[in-house]
Order: sequence, then structure tokens, then C-alpha cells
Amino acid sequence: MNICVLIKQVPGSEAQFNVSGDGSWIQETELPFEMNESDNYALEEALQIREQKGAGEVVIVSLGPDRSQKVIREALAKGADRAIHINADAPYNTDPYSIASTLANAVKDERFDLVLSGLQSEDLGFGQTGVILGEMLGMTTATLVVGTEVQEGKIKVKRELEAGWFQWQTMDLPASLAIQSGLNTPRYPSLKGIMTAKKKEIKKLNFVDICNVDELQSFAGLSVQHTEKQTEMIEGNIDQIVNRLVDVFKNEIRIN
Amino acid sequence: MDILVVLEDKNGRIHRMSLEAIAGAQQIGSECGLSIGILAFGKNASALGEQAKHYDVEEVLTLENEHLNDYTADGYADAVANVITSENPALVFFGHTYQIRDYAPRVSAKLKRPFLNDVVSYKNESGKPVFSKQAFNAKLIAELNPNSAGPILVSFQSASFSSDTIQSGSASLRSISIEIDASAIKTVPEDPFQEAAGGVDLSSAELIVSIGRGIGKEENIPLVQELANVMGAEIASSRPVVDSGWLPAHHQVGSSGQTVAPKLYLALGISGAIQHVVGMKGSKNIIVINKDPDAPLFELADYGVVGDVLEIIPKLTEALQ
Repeated sequence: MNICVLIKQVPGSEAQFNVSGDGSWIQETELPFEMNESDNYALEEALQIREQKGAGEVVIVSLGPDRSQKVIREALAKGADRAIHINADAPYNTDPYSIASTLANAVKDERFDLVLSGLQSEDLGFGQTGVILGEMLGMTTATLVVGTEVQEGKIKVKRELEAGWFQWQTMDLPASLAIQSGLNTPRYPSLKGIMTAKKKEIKKLNFVDICNVDELQSFAGLSVQHTEKQTEMIEGNIDQIVNRLVDVFKNEIRIN
Repeated sequence: MDILVVLEDKNGRIHRMSLEAIAGAQQIGSECGLSIGILAFGKNASALGEQAKHYDVEEVLTLENEHLNDYTADGYADAVANVITSENPALVFFGHTYQIRDYAPRVSAKLKRPFLNDVVSYKNESGKPVFSKQAFNAKLIAELNPNSAGPILVSFQSASFSSDTIQSGSASLRSISIEIDASAIKTVPEDPFQEAAGGVDLSSAELIVSIGRGIGKEENIPLVQELANVMGAEIASSRPVVDSGWLPAHHQVGSSGQTVAPKLYLALGISGAIQHVVGMKGSKNIIVINKDPDAPLFELADYGVVGDVLEIIPKLTEALQ
């Protein structure tokens, strides 16, 4: 079972952002970067599937600038076997279609049974790349995956539906699965893992060399979300507060 | 038609977020001079079509096919791509539901047309609609610039438009058919199930009472349950409540839980970490009650109360009874 895991390096969730001068990206200096949260779960799922099956490779594929090496090494330290780093410099392509197409070009000579990705990136948040890549590679696809069971030539996955509902589906391999956070407990790299990661292969490609389609869409005019909300602070003693809340419920929000 | 709204079936009714997409199509259509069609497909296509024909749109297409009775990403992507190709609308609208997230990217790839997804707002630039989505953990907003000819696919985040604004009318019905290659469907779904008894429908809930660490302890949950009962509200929570085992995980709202956009989000003892905020900031009315006046969630509040939730909850329950 050969498994590809798409890993992206994104700004940490606590980061505060400033938009770059032309509004096309953020100012990156001094931002903390880390592995996209759901990608970390996808990696763990890949490592666990490989451990159950006892054979095959886990290959990290990451697209991003030089700084992405940090999360690639982290994934190798956790147990992935090798990596492909597609180097891309600013200004960054934000189009899921051309990114997926570039990833497809990068892995076209590999024979992956599974592609695992995080459900969506915390920076762009499209949640499309893994699905489009699957379509391009002729794979079955599933998103919001919260459980996997590998079978002979197939994989059974548990998908999260809306509102607390779930569904199992059995899919032909090869398959591309977008993994929901929380389905496993991601491991930490061991000291031995960190040492051996340094010797693992990272194949380097350049985005501009292998991207052969035009962007279907791009970001324009990034801006800070302003909360223009006027907050009415309800004050007084407990009865006054409760009376005003009931009034707001009935007469302003109009709940029945 | 210029805009095609693709419906999602929710047990024989039009999904709430598909209704919002219809409302969006009507607003954008009237401001930009675009005509609207609606596609109802799957095993309940005719029921959905009957519901949709009472809206003010040009026509409603219904598509039934034995291979579309159960949802599969392969089958649905194939069918919708097929209809889009033959109808050739400039814009295709969806609600940004879990099902759409699952198959619409494949439609985009099949058609080589952009999918502007999770759109939260729209503006009319001299007759041309411009769409925006949130980015960077919902801290920034980005305009999405399509670089290709139509059809352009667009999905709207919950509550980007209100289904209350849907205009009634009388649309013509047209039944369409397509060929689906059954051998290309390589997914076999089983029946959906609920993980735990009393699983909550947070994504479509009108009213949500949500609790955070400020609720203090598990023994206080019944107080909140009583309030939710008299309001007819669902109970949600921030992550610490789930991590502490006070509520099951499916109640969690936020980046690792559900995204909600109810008419009222009553936040009790929730400080407002960004991981929680991303899941609820689309709520139409937000009331925050917290004893910490510096709780960041007050920034998002329409109404705020600095006070003890444990004192206010029972009084509020009593007053609403």
C-alpha cells in the first residue's frame, strides 16, 4: 500500500495578519508557521494504515516556499519515508485547480493506492485540492473522512455528514481521501525519527517548471475583516437583565 | 438561464442552504439582470421540483436517474457536470453543504471551470457579481477573481443570504434526462446513521444555546438543557466542554467541530478563542453572557451581559416559560 500525504505549511492559528501592500497576500515576516492541522491527522492515518498493512511507502508531497522544508522534515521525522517538495515562491498561486494539476504532474510516475489530505487548509480554506487531484488521477474521492478500513482492492471509509450523522461507504482503490481533524491521535516525532529524517530523500521540483495550466481563479483584494458590530451591553440587576433579554428574544430577534 | 441553482435533497425537502442559494440567486439576478433556473435531481427530484416551482425563477429542471438515487461523489459530479454542459449557465450556485464540498470540486475539475467556494458575500460591480470568501482562519476576507469564462461555480456559506427573502412566483417545470455510465460509479454507500442517540442538527438549527468553560462543571449542564428546552434551541459548546467530557463531541462548534449560522447564538461562559469563533461568527444574532468583561467574544456580540451565567440561566428559563 503506497500512500501519498499532502502536507501544507500554514500560519499558526493564533497568528495576527497584516495584508501586503498590493492586497494579494499577507506580510509573512515574523509569522509563526506550522503544519496544517488536518494534514497532521491525514499523516497519522497514513502511518497507521501502513503499520497495519506492514508494507509500502508513505510519501509526503508539499507545495510551498523554502520554509515548507520544516513541516516536510517534521513529517519525515514522524515516520514518512520520503518527500517531494514543489518549490513555489511568492506571489503564490491560490487556485485549487492549477495547484491540484501541478501536484498531479509531480506524482504522475508514482503509483499511489491512496492520497490523503487534510480537509482544508487554514490559510486559503478551499478544501478542494485533494478532491480535484483525485479526479485528475482517476481515483475515487471522499471528504470529511473520520474513519478508514482497508480491504482487498478497496477502502471502506466513514464520512461525517451534517448534524451528527455519519455514513460508511466502500470505494475502489486508488482513492483520494480528505481527512477530518480528530479521527486519530497524531504522534510526536521520536528522537530517532528526528535523526533518521535528516537522511531521508526530499525530491525537489519547481512549481513554475511543472505547472502547465492557467489559474482558474485568484485572490484579489485581501482585507482585514472588520466587525462593525454595535454591541448593546445589557446592565442592571438580575431581573432587569433577564427582562431585557426576554424583550430582545421576543421583539428584536423574534423567536417564537 | 444565466444562473443555475443546484439543489440538495434533505429527506424530500430542499436543504436549508440550497434555499439560501435561491435567495442569493434572486438578489444577484435582479441586481445584475440575470435569469434563474433551478436543478432538482436524485430520488426526490419531483418533490423538490414541486417545492421549487413556487419560487420566482424562470424554470425548474428535474432529473431522475436510477444511478442518482443514492448519493455518490462519482455519480453526482458526473450528473451535475453533464447538466451544466448542456444548459451552459454563466453561474452555478450551491449551498456550501458537506455534500457540495464532497462532489463540487470534481465538477470544477471535469469542466475546467473555477469553483469559488465558501463564499460569504457578494457585491455588484457594474452588473458583474464579485464574490468574497474568508481566509486565514476567518481573520481576512478575499475577493475571488475568476480568470476563465463561465460557467463559474459558486457555493455560499450558511447565512450569506436569508431564505426569508425568497420571492414567490410560478416557474415552469422541465424534466431532463442524461446518460450515466454506471461502471464509473466506484463508490457503494451504506445507510446514514447517527453516532449517538439525540445527535443534534446544529448546522440547520435556528436557535443555539452554546456553553463554554464558564459553565463550571458537568452538573450544571441540566440547567442549560432546561433553558434550551423552553427556547426550542439546540445545545452546542466550545472545545473545552467536549474535552472535559461534559458533552459529546458532536455538540462542538468551531474549527474542529461544526460551523453554524443560526438566527440566535446565545453564548454562555464562552471566552471566544478564534477556533470557536470561526464556527459561529456567521450567526445572525449573537448574545454573549460572560463574567469576564474582557472576553473577546463580546467583540462579536449584538447584545452582551457581563454577569454570572449560573445566576442568569435559571431566571431566564423561568421568565421564558
